[in-house]
Amino acid sequence: MANLTAKTAFDGLLPIAKGDVTLSEITFDAITWVAPYQGKAAAVSKALDKQIAAVFPDPNRTTGSGDARAVWTGPGQAFVLGKPLKPITGAAMADQTSAWAACALEGDHAAEVLARLVPIDLRDDTFAVGHAARTVLGHMNCVLMRTGAARYEIMVFRSMASTCAHEIARAMRMVVARADA
Amino acid sequence: MQIPCPLCGNRDLREFSIRGHALGAKRPEGETWSADWDDFIHNRDNPAGRTEELWFHGGGCSAWLIVDRDTVTHEVFGAKLASEGGQ
Amino acid sequence: MRLDGKGLIDRDTPVRFHFDGKAYEGFKGDTVASALLANGVKLMGRSFKYHRPRGVMTAGSEEPNALIQVGAGDAMLPNVRATMQEIFTGLETRSQNRLGPLDRDLMSVNDLLWPWLGAGFYYKTFMWPRAFWEKVYEPTIRRAAGLGRMTKGAPPDDSERAFAFCDVLVIGGGPAGLMAALTAARSGADVILLEDSADLGGRLLSDGEDIDGVPGSIWVQEIRDALEETGRVRIMTRTTATGVYDGLTFGAVERVGSHQSHIEDLPQECFWRIQAGQAVLAAGALERPIAFPMNDRPGIMLASAIRTYVNRYGVTPGENVTLFTTNDEAHKTALELVDAGIKATVLDSRPGVSPRGDYRVIDGAQVIGTKGRRALTGITYRTASGTHDLETDCLGMSGGWNPSVHLICHLGARPVWNDAIHAFVPAENAVKGLHIAGACTGAFSTADALAQGVEAASTALKTLGKRLRKPDIPKASDEAGTTSALWSVEGKGRAWLDFANDVTTKDVRQSAREGFKSVEHMKRYTTQGMAPDQGKSSNIGALAVLADATGRGIPETGTTTYRPPFTPVALGTMAAGAQGKGFAPERLTTSHKAVTARGAPMIEAGLWYRPSYLPAPGESHWRQSCDREVNMVRNAVGVVDVSTLGKIEIMGKDARAFLDFLYTNMFSTLKPGRVRYGLMLREDGHVMDDGTTACLGENHYVMTTTTAAAGQVMAHMEFVSQVLRPDWDVRFVSVTEQWAQFSVAGPRARDLLNGVLNDPISDETFPFMQCGTARIHGIDGRLFRISFSGEHAYEVAVPSTYGDALYRDLVARAEALGGGGYGMEALNVLRIEKGFITHSEIHGRVTAFDTGMQGMLSKKKDFIGKAAATRPGLLEEDRERLIGLRPVGAVKELTAGAHLFEQDAEATRVNDLGYITSVGYSPTLGHFIGLGFLRGGPSRIGHHMKMVDHLRGVTAEVEICDPVFFDPEGGRARG
Repeated sequence: MANLTAKTAFDGLLPIAKGDVTLSEITFDAITWVAPYQGKAAAVSKALDKQIAAVFPDPNRTTGSGDARAVWTGPGQAFVLGKPLKPITGAAMADQTSAWAACALEGDHAAEVLARLVPIDLRDDTFAVGHAARTVLGHMNCVLMRTGAARYEIMVFRSMASTCAHEIARAMRMVVARADA
Repeated sequence: MQIPCPLCGNRDLREFSIRGHALGAKRPEGETWSADWDDFIHNRDNPAGRTEELWFHGGGCSAWLIVDRDTVTHEVFGAKLASEGGQ
Repeated sequence: MRLDGKGLIDRDTPVRFHFDGKAYEGFKGDTVASALLANGVKLMGRSFKYHRPRGVMTAGSEEPNALIQVGAGDAMLPNVRATMQEIFTGLETRSQNRLGPLDRDLMSVNDLLWPWLGAGFYYKTFMWPRAFWEKVYEPTIRRAAGLGRMTKGAPPDDSERAFAFCDVLVIGGGPAGLMAALTAARSGADVILLEDSADLGGRLLSDGEDIDGVPGSIWVQEIRDALEETGRVRIMTRTTATGVYDGLTFGAVERVGSHQSHIEDLPQECFWRIQAGQAVLAAGALERPIAFPMNDRPGIMLASAIRTYVNRYGVTPGENVTLFTTNDEAHKTALELVDAGIKATVLDSRPGVSPRGDYRVIDGAQVIGTKGRRALTGITYRTASGTHDLETDCLGMSGGWNPSVHLICHLGARPVWNDAIHAFVPAENAVKGLHIAGACTGAFSTADALAQGVEAASTALKTLGKRLRKPDIPKASDEAGTTSALWSVEGKGRAWLDFANDVTTKDVRQSAREGFKSVEHMKRYTTQGMAPDQGKSSNIGALAVLADATGRGIPETGTTTYRPPFTPVALGTMAAGAQGKGFAPERLTTSHKAVTARGAPMIEAGLWYRPSYLPAPGESHWRQSCDREVNMVRNAVGVVDVSTLGKIEIMGKDARAFLDFLYTNMFSTLKPGRVRYGLMLREDGHVMDDGTTACLGENHYVMTTTTAAAGQVMAHMEFVSQVLRPDWDVRFVSVTEQWAQFSVAGPRARDLLNGVLNDPISDETFPFMQCGTARIHGIDGRLFRISFSGEHAYEVAVPSTYGDALYRDLVARAEALGGGGYGMEALNVLRIEKGFITHSEIHGRVTAFDTGMQGMLSKKKDFIGKAAATRPGLLEEDRERLIGLRPVGAVKELTAGAHLFEQDAEATRVNDLGYITSVGYSPTLGHFIGLGFLRGGPSRIGHHMKMVDHLRGVTAEVEICDPVFFDPEGGRARG
């Protein structure tokens, strides 16, 4: 038996830095898709809370912290990021650990970089820390989370990792050049 | 133009795609071809004014919506989840 | 000429730039136009049709004459307005629309031919002989016409696009806009303030008026400080609002780097999409010229532009200035000129007007002629007492003001005629949520602008539910001036309306005479308003002339439609970031690096990139590689990445019902551990997609879709689940990206797999169409025994993290067994040999019946498309139905897209009996094979027909045969 070497989604494309903005890869121990069956939302939320100390998130929100977070990803659906989950009765679950390329965009100009690519309102009142959105980054579907005043986490399909890095890097260069000019 | 997704809030048009009049949600009963089926597949009014349409939030949360809007002014009056029957 | 002690630009910072190869010096803050005027350069361009010498006419974005080329090489941009382009060190500019030097343009011969070059000239002249159009006329006209020159290469992709959101968007940084922004910001709204030029202030920077007892420019600075103090205003200067779109979405272009020397990575421009909660339009007004004879010479400009050059740039365009006016405006210019020590004379068309200062007024006067070839030297005017000549080097004209109603009309509203100011004003509530203030409403005094700015913002804030905190309205002049209507002056010579497109009053009258009386017809017949300036200063004058010529009033004549963009927007700016890699996302499989390292040319499948073939050493033609790869799979074992196929995991107690409803055939009988092929229809009875679905466990399935239709199928499933069957308890998610999946196909497939599986398999433990979990090199994965090649084959899946490693391992093992990796070309040949369909066949217009799969339409259950699929027309024997083809004549090649005819029939549309969808050379069979659709297909098996490819010029004799060419019993896949 050979030993299969694991590769991350960005496979060395990140980190990149420009001015005060950095883009770096995030790897989660697990990404688990959780979708409660009909009438099971409350029970699943409770079970989730027991396993990761975070309830099932409301639309456009994240719950939990550190290595066990849950992010809303669509009607009746969430991803649990970090800790692998044990099966939960009453929920459909699927492993998504390898399916997503996740990265963190950080820095004072991070929001301006995102504003080049994401068509949603990123102002503090409408997209605060703890908020999340299913939206598009350029032409790519993404999960966007605000995890700090100047920190965002972005998840795109794994196959689009290089396009994601390319698009964000271009925006970073131009935004930072503007700030310096 | 923005569409108010009941789950995501106001979102840019680019996140959505349209699938025509909300009648498209009312699939007829019956497994054999009938006038109802003909209507369902082929016949739509083309209203100049306020109407309900099916939109898909494919660039967002993947919810199917019934959007109430005016085809003349393009004003959007609201949107509801199709899964809740547009209620 | 520069004026001492005048201007708001930085006179301490000289800037050198080039115009037509010659170096000039201006100051920081100058535009190309102001700097050239300061250097005594009046001739800045040539007109579009007559190649008349032209100078600058305005000081703003409406400039029709002074259009220049900026930059060099592929980055060169044509039709840049010299009045907007700021100078910087290293700036290269050129005049355009000339043959030879600007002052001796060879094309100016057109000007002598003017009597023959009127409206409709092209339509009437280039009719005959017919063959001349393509060979002579068009190339000649193309060389002669056009404003500016295109570059040949792609421009550098050096702009950006961005999104912005605000509570209140204020368009225009003049007095009305500033007060609106201040009111909104102080009331707690997030404000974006757009200003077209480099500085806030609007006309306040030009008019030398005091506000609250301080000069306008000082007051503007105080307001700017106050705005910044609120911390709520994003002030965007050099930003032009270009369009108003549905739901208060606005387009705007910001000049980011185009006004300064090159800075690495700094975008040239930014195309903004601004989403506003409410908006205030304070776009001001544009002064209009007067159509008097020979009104186009360099040195003739708008009276208000002269004030701008004097007060803002410290430049006078002439030393002996004459002003021709229908209103009070030009008198302001005269006062400013006198203040600057320049001689001014006012010709006022109104009788009984007297001077307001130390300048001469000739009342009841009209200019009827001008002199000077490359610059104005004198004019002729007419009064009650007769005709007089006057020497002058600059003539300012003012025909009144047109409120800038453009943006308010972008969503279809028509402006309303206002008799008091002889101009169109915006209709009320033309755009819901866009409130108007200042001169663009037709209220021309500064006091009105300030008050209306506060008022418009207040209305916006009320709608937003903000608590209003109104600032005090500063004291300012309430003089709005009076104007009289004078659209054109009769006399000898042409009187220009549209300077940019060389449209004269004569053209408009001729248009009316020839029956083009509607304003939209006149526009197209004469090209009035169709130049880059879109007739900003000329449209109203032209329709006044049209109204006169047709005996209608101006309101009845109406305006043409105003559409975005307000000013020209470079396509490269709107498409910023979309060149090359930015055009569309590239989806790369985990085997991408491994196959590209082997030199595989990649082909696009949707957004995915897949290897065409994997060339072996010594192979110089793709067919060599493809034939080898096909043989490899048929005789040993091949490996190909099939991760691009859509994979959707479906769970829940109603999952079986859901699958039965989606597929035409039965899935509720599928047992755990088994795989079944399924066909999906659209509701109209045509095939949507096909693929296999595996039952992984109780109420747990994984469906595969084709690569191309994965997104469509997912949206379809969401539709069925959310809209048609919301009561069903079913959950599903795409796992396409989670699993790297590889097909291992060929007689040695199991031998290869047993080298990587922790628990080896056999025919008994893992028969055809079996599936299950598997440990692959100790990693938890999935195994499916399915075949798209007709060979003994498997698909093995591991989490994508391990995809690269597993692909390399599988290929190495395949090579050790006499096989290797293969690509899409071989995959295609293998499936055609087996008659398996892809989206080449299920292209959207075929039914299950057409593909020979009518047996898969279950009679025991309802499914999407069932009712429609039973329509008699979809079941006719004579429909175009799937068949196989092989060449039997001298031509051995088949081509996809070719059509099928009876051998003795002419190859024309009426005789068309079908077409070919897929072809390939089968090394297994030693000849070309193809799939296609043929009328009454199965009944023609054995017939010889004619294949004609009109596009590629190929004709071949073909035999119609069964679509399954190889191993029709399917023994190889099962064995």
